Amino acid sequence: MTILSTFKAAALAAGIAFTIALPAAHADEQYFPLQSYRVGPYAAGGTGFFGGFIDYLNLINTRDGGVNGVKLTWSEAETQYEVERGVEAYERLKSNPNVAAWNPLSVGIAYAMIDRITADTVPLITINHGRTDSSDGRVFPYVFPLLLNPYSETSGIVNYIASKEGGLESLKGKKIAVLYHGSPYGKETIPIYELLAQKYGFELQQIEVPHPGNEQQSQWLAIRRAKPDYVVLRGWGVMNPVALKTAAKTGFPVDHIIGNVWSNSEEDAIPAGEAAKGYTAITTQASGAEYPVVQEIVKTIYDAGKGNLEDKKRIGSVYHNLGIVNGILNVEAIRIAQAKFGKRTLTGDEVRWGFEHLQLDPARVEALGAKGLFHSINVTWDNHEGNGYVTFQQWDGAKWNVVSDWIAPDWALLRPIIEKSSKAYAAEKGIKLRTAEDAETATN
Amino acid sequence: MSAIASDLPHSHFPARWAVTLALLAIAYVGVPLLGSSYLFEAILLPFLALSLAGVGLNILTGYAGQVSLGSAAFMAVGAFAAYNFNLRVDGLPLIASIVLAGFAAAAIGLVFGLPSLRLKGFYLAVSTLAAQFFVQWALTKFSWFSNDSASGVIDAPALSVAGFVFEGPVGRYYFALNVVAALTFLSYRLVNSQTGRNFIAVRDNETAARIIGVQVLKTKLLAFAVSSFIMGIAGVLWAFAYLRTVEPAGFNLDRSFQILFIVIIGGLASIRGAFFGAALIVVFPLLLSRLGSFLLGDVFDSGVLDMTQRIVLGVLIILFLILEPDGLVALWHRVRKRIGTALRRSRSQ
Repeated sequence: MTILSTFKAAALAAGIAFTIALPAAHADEQYFPLQSYRVGPYAAGGTGFFGGFIDYLNLINTRDGGVNGVKLTWSEAETQYEVERGVEAYERLKSNPNVAAWNPLSVGIAYAMIDRITADTVPLITINHGRTDSSDGRVFPYVFPLLLNPYSETSGIVNYIASKEGGLESLKGKKIAVLYHGSPYGKETIPIYELLAQKYGFELQQIEVPHPGNEQQSQWLAIRRAKPDYVVLRGWGVMNPVALKTAAKTGFPVDHIIGNVWSNSEEDAIPAGEAAKGYTAITTQASGAEYPVVQEIVKTIYDAGKGNLEDKKRIGSVYHNLGIVNGILNVEAIRIAQAKFGKRTLTGDEVRWGFEHLQLDPARVEALGAKGLFHSINVTWDNHEGNGYVTFQQWDGAKWNVVSDWIAPDWALLRPIIEKSSKAYAAEKGIKLRTAEDAETATN
Repeated sequence: MSAIASDLPHSHFPARWAVTLALLAIAYVGVPLLGSSYLFEAILLPFLALSLAGVGLNILTGYAGQVSLGSAAFMAVGAFAAYNFNLRVDGLPLIASIVLAGFAAAAIGLVFGLPSLRLKGFYLAVSTLAAQFFVQWALTKFSWFSNDSASGVIDAPALSVAGFVFEGPVGRYYFALNVVAALTFLSYRLVNSQTGRNFIAVRDNETAARIIGVQVLKTKLLAFAVSSFIMGIAGVLWAFAYLRTVEPAGFNLDRSFQILFIVIIGGLASIRGAFFGAALIVVFPLLLSRLGSFLLGDVFDSGVLDMTQRIVLGVLIILFLILEPDGLVALWHRVRKRIGTALRRSRSQ
């Protein structure tokens, strides 16, 4: 017993010691707290995304010496994609100085953080996911569902199906089934699919797969009975390969399954083997290592043995490239904010200003070495999504091939729905709508 | 069962209350003066919510001897019921919503407690497991429970009582502390009353209890109701005071096991044990994780560290249970006894 108590005392003392010994603030540094997940059912997404993000931050430090001389720093805390671990990680990491922005890559954790980061005035980035109505910057000043919010994704997928069928009019009478992940992320698009079904007159069936989704026999039997023309796979992690395999078993044609933006990676297709051949999925960033920025990461970071991915074959994969694009967006927001506030460490609110002026046209994207990797972004103070473009890629058994142009979702159709939802939130929470002038000032 | 005896009133009454009062004084005055927001948000709030859930389960499992694996389900019922009462009944004070939520959880607890009249031990554990799956399924399936919110995640309302709003980490800590202190006091009174003794009688020998005139069926159902009531309110604290967001996935089977471990590690049939157990379950993984990332953070990535922590934590719990099967509370008694003897010795010299 004495050994145990001694050990406990020692652990406690050590714990107290480094809780107190916070890292001292250094001049000209910008810190990224990373609530990453490298274990658990979603580790493939977590390691790829945070690997790409860290690789890009590393590239900026090594190649450019930081952003205009301001060094980028980061540290990780494991969340396993669980909300309470994410909250603990948030509380742990936020004590570090010079926080630039949060990137939890989890809808559940992001939801729990909205009140907290708004009080802290630090941006929260939910690239390609998140709470759709947080696109309305008037109500959510610090939340940024960059590139593609879930409604835009839905609109993009429906438009793509329409283009395959010969226009939006031909959707009438067609049958679409949506297989969604039983989580806040998965359910986010239920109302918008219903609305689009009404608008275009297609028949809709939405089927839930309980987390984590490694058993889908009954769902695919229901699909087989309903015989839909298309199945939209709104999955995450292990649910995706299982869906593709079960589809093959129940005889549903794989080229009529359209994956959403979190069902579009190599990690989803490879485990499904033959069953994934011909599977198509939406993406905001193409896969492949041929883009100049990815090549520079290989040259500068991986050849020096400092790469974050353990498996070098994953360089240029969908998740890795998403992490790189996320890195580009975060870094450019800092660069834009520095142009206004000075080349120094910025406050969270100043970085928020940077994100609200994050306008990268195709020419700027090319200058960043990312032409073809992603299209463009145009964030403003009230549009926190930034009108990202999407493209579709098909799995040939070994790699993804782009099979469409860059497609614009129907933003004009979606904006009023988003505003309705955000206004309801503002009324419930007693939030006053922000104006363009409010957004121009930033506290330092 | 020394743990039970020590929880019954005895001759050192004033001294025992002095310790409790001192602890409360520290909790109410000392901690808020010294603590950081990390301490409140990441340690004390989950600790308070899980301690209360532990107290609830201890009444059922520790005192009345009915094994339950549905604790998180009753917490979920509490959290969602409080949210819906608060949302749908105009002008209902938050405190009333919370109490009603407790009763809603108690009602569900009664329903799932019915099998206990026939089943025992492992069989009962399996039937309470049904509560776990059923409640989570129902809350996910019927979006009415989450007010048809798109993602099924709901925002917690402001914690206001009679016009005063408990805001910020410290405010929410006070709110949770008040609730936990009040319910713990009531639980303490309950287990020391005739009803509490009936619980123990049913646990130790059902037939004997029946012979001396305890109404076994009523006692069992009462234990389920009281325990679910407390766990329901613990669920409200977890969702409203700690996470500030409510989603069914947060109340999964893992959480039920976590609460069961709190009770076992802390010590069965001891109110105090629930607090010890919760402290260990909440704080120990955090200390390990910080120690790990502090010492080895540069060498391994966070995934490897996390896996290692799980192994270390599992081994430590097994070791602990072998060395101290009566739980942390037994350890505490031994320490106190030693200090007492040492004091007496020094006085007599």
